[in-house]
Amino acid sequence: MADSKRPALELRGITKKFGSVVANDRVDFDVYPGEVHALLGENGAGKSTLVSVLYGLYTPTEGEIVVDGRPVTIDSPATAIGLGIGMVHQHFMLVPVMTVAENIVLGQEPSRGGGVIDMRAARARVRELSERYGLAVDPDATIEDVTVGAQQRVEILRALYRGARILVLDEPTAVLTAQEVQELIEVLHRLKRDGTGIVFISHKLGEVLQVADRITVLRHGRKIDTVPRQGATEQSLARLVVGRDVLLSVEKGPPHAAEPMLVVDDLHVRDDRDLEAVRGASLSVRGGEIVAIAGVDGNGQQELVEAITGLRAPTAGRVLVDGRDITGRGVRAATEAGVAHIAEDRHRRGLVLAFTLAENLALREYRRPEFSRGGWLRIGHMRSRAKRLLREYDVRGGGADAYAASLSGGNQQKVAIAREIASDPKLLVAHQPTRGLDVGAIEFVHRRLIEERDRGRAVLLVSLEYEEVRSLADRILVIYEGRIVGEFAPDASEEELGIAMTGAGAGARS
Amino acid sequence: MNTVEDGTQGDVLAGEEVAHGATPSTHARLTAYVRRGGVIVPILTAIIAFVVGGLVVLVTGHNPFSTYRAIFNGTGLNWLFPWVGGAARKTAAFDLQQTLIATTPLILVGLAVAFAFRAGLFNIGGQGQYTVGGIVAVWIGSSFAGMPAVPHIALAVVGAGAAGAAWAGIAGALKATVGANEVISTIMLNWIAIWGGVYLFGLGGPLQDPHQPSVPVSSTVKASAKLPVFWGNAQLQGLHIGLFIALAGVVLFWILLNRTRLGYEVRAVGLNPDAASYAGISPARNYFRVMAICGMFAGVAAAMDILGWKFNLFTNDIQASQVGFLGIAVALLGRNTAVGTIAAALLFGALQTGTSDRFLDPSVFDPNLASNLTLMIQGLIVLLVSTDVIALRVLRSGRGVAVALGRRGKRQEPRA
Repeated sequence: MADSKRPALELRGITKKFGSVVANDRVDFDVYPGEVHALLGENGAGKSTLVSVLYGLYTPTEGEIVVDGRPVTIDSPATAIGLGIGMVHQHFMLVPVMTVAENIVLGQEPSRGGGVIDMRAARARVRELSERYGLAVDPDATIEDVTVGAQQRVEILRALYRGARILVLDEPTAVLTAQEVQELIEVLHRLKRDGTGIVFISHKLGEVLQVADRITVLRHGRKIDTVPRQGATEQSLARLVVGRDVLLSVEKGPPHAAEPMLVVDDLHVRDDRDLEAVRGASLSVRGGEIVAIAGVDGNGQQELVEAITGLRAPTAGRVLVDGRDITGRGVRAATEAGVAHIAEDRHRRGLVLAFTLAENLALREYRRPEFSRGGWLRIGHMRSRAKRLLREYDVRGGGADAYAASLSGGNQQKVAIAREIASDPKLLVAHQPTRGLDVGAIEFVHRRLIEERDRGRAVLLVSLEYEEVRSLADRILVIYEGRIVGEFAPDASEEELGIAMTGAGAGARS
Repeated sequence: MNTVEDGTQGDVLAGEEVAHGATPSTHARLTAYVRRGGVIVPILTAIIAFVVGGLVVLVTGHNPFSTYRAIFNGTGLNWLFPWVGGAARKTAAFDLQQTLIATTPLILVGLAVAFAFRAGLFNIGGQGQYTVGGIVAVWIGSSFAGMPAVPHIALAVVGAGAAGAAWAGIAGALKATVGANEVISTIMLNWIAIWGGVYLFGLGGPLQDPHQPSVPVSSTVKASAKLPVFWGNAQLQGLHIGLFIALAGVVLFWILLNRTRLGYEVRAVGLNPDAASYAGISPARNYFRVMAICGMFAGVAAAMDILGWKFNLFTNDIQASQVGFLGIAVALLGRNTAVGTIAAALLFGALQTGTSDRFLDPSVFDPNLASNLTLMIQGLIVLLVSTDVIALRVLRSGRGVAVALGRRGKRQEPRA
């Protein structure tokens, strides 16, 4: 803690306008050496704008930036780096085909004179930094071969290599597995001890409470409050973020589970690399209950979902929906049997971004006679139904004829969810249904899933979010290496689940 | 969500930074750009191509303005001006008929390429599909003596369309089954079609005209299979009804894409194959259907030429024909839209006629040079149209450019 009396960085009254829109309105923000200061807010609250101002990507309309007590003008990222500000972007800025060490020194390569890069010195420096902060990386590995978590460590190392004393992390956990998040938090603690000031941007309340010393909340571009971690709760933060009380864990009554709607029996599925990703998974979901599949990413969830929804043919085993065998019979058969699927990645699968909302909302059902007869589309019906659904799901940002791409992420997800639920499914497969959404939108999705459960639908939730699994599920199934290794009640502790998710626990509680 | 003021709700749920919300999102801008620019950019493209072409004319020591005027008059488009009268008007009418005769197949081969584009495929095989269609059209047209006109024409047109469809369908089926890239397979199919045609009508070939054993040509289409001429003198190659068939093709293209289940599926696959699979649309099955429809358009295009004014096929015609390839330029300039295809086909058709040695006044500009000028302008247009992608990139990064373009576009629009 070099000089904890004086902020390492101070933003005073920053205002940033884009035309008539005020993205930041007189925001004050500072970070001390050896401190983690979290910046919390919904999507569009102005977090990224503020950070862009501080990293020299935008020039503020008004306001002042002070580094180590001196007012400065940051007009480019190069200036920011020169002032000791390092940035880890949400989307990594790495050259995939170059090695870890090459990426880290890129732009400031140690030279042996005559323009020859001293790679030995580079590797040594990288190793030294990585040991000091516990940022485990192999300097000689190629970026495209290492995990996302490792790529992020490379980004952090690069900032440190350039002498960053203030480190800005933009939504650093969005791409990480639970395990990697814990590792990152470890690293941040070490950096703190070393006197680095850290700006931590997130919209995940739990993480912020775990890692931050102080928390500043932005809403509609304005600073709402700065609060110390002590005394803050998820509930209190959520209220600051959204501006009203948010139900973090959705209230739900007991399930009225009826007949099994989905039966998966000894399913084996191979992944794209032809490796067996699902190895004999068996499970069932009854109408009127939510069954969650919990597990560390990459344990066969993706392939399991694809096999159930007809996107991928299993190599062995059976999938029955309401008694109908749809094993390997494709998406259409699954749809006809009553399977709806909220896709994990709405941009890749869930939506055709260059389609209108009316067209997108028909994707699941366009073969039904209301939508097309004798090969002819019934445009009128498509549009009027779209209008109804957009109203019912409170989709904002465009009408039936707007392109899906013009909507915000939360509204896009609402469109995808509206379509799937409106197809009146017997089984709703929700794969990471709240990924990338902010608190308000998450609440909406959760409420909707519970409503559908209460209408008697079977809901299979596949999620990496521990909280989501716990608050929604009536039963939790843990998947590990392609097998269901345990069943837990929703009140199972994080430890219990965590142990099962790493394959250590042989025990299942049923 | 009731305590949040209504006006700001959009921002609360905005998935993107407010910075983007301030201006329309990138996609919204692109969409608007394509909608406005959809007309502006191709027109700009053509204008730039003509300006560059004019500079070349200037360098060769000619007056570009009088050259272009002569070319314009050669196209017969001056017929549209009421003040052109007398003998000039008669000539203009004839010239315009020729322009429209050339436009007719270009519309259809343009559709053959555009339809593939809309499904995310690149059909380079228009030429081969056109060739196969021509072979079948001339074969049916020159057979079945004594058949009444309507069924004979219908049979020849349908046969040509089916042949083109089957030919293109091969590329579609190969892509669907073994994943063969359609660009490669359609190019290869072009050569098979061309050399197949040369064999069929070449000396000693099975379909060579038995009445002219020393000429590598097909038999001549019977009178009953000739498309009726509705404007001008049939003996002097007047305008045949194929133009209406081509326009009907445009309508069919639009309806197929926008009003049918097939079009919905085709567009979904073209825009996002993953989302299409997720919706239960099989991209593989679509590849075949799409290519077959493309081939059908190209095959019918050939039937229009064979039954409309050529009436037979010389082997060197088969080898020299560029109609199918021009379809790519037509589709690109027409932005793969129905109306755009008509306009682009008319431009290319007019250029072809306007610079041919039959219509261009040799005292103004040597027609041999002029046809090269046409090739150059066509080449420039294709080049510039391809750079559209770059223009879009630029627009994405700089709003200023978009605004500037938009403004320039507004000034240009009346001229369109």
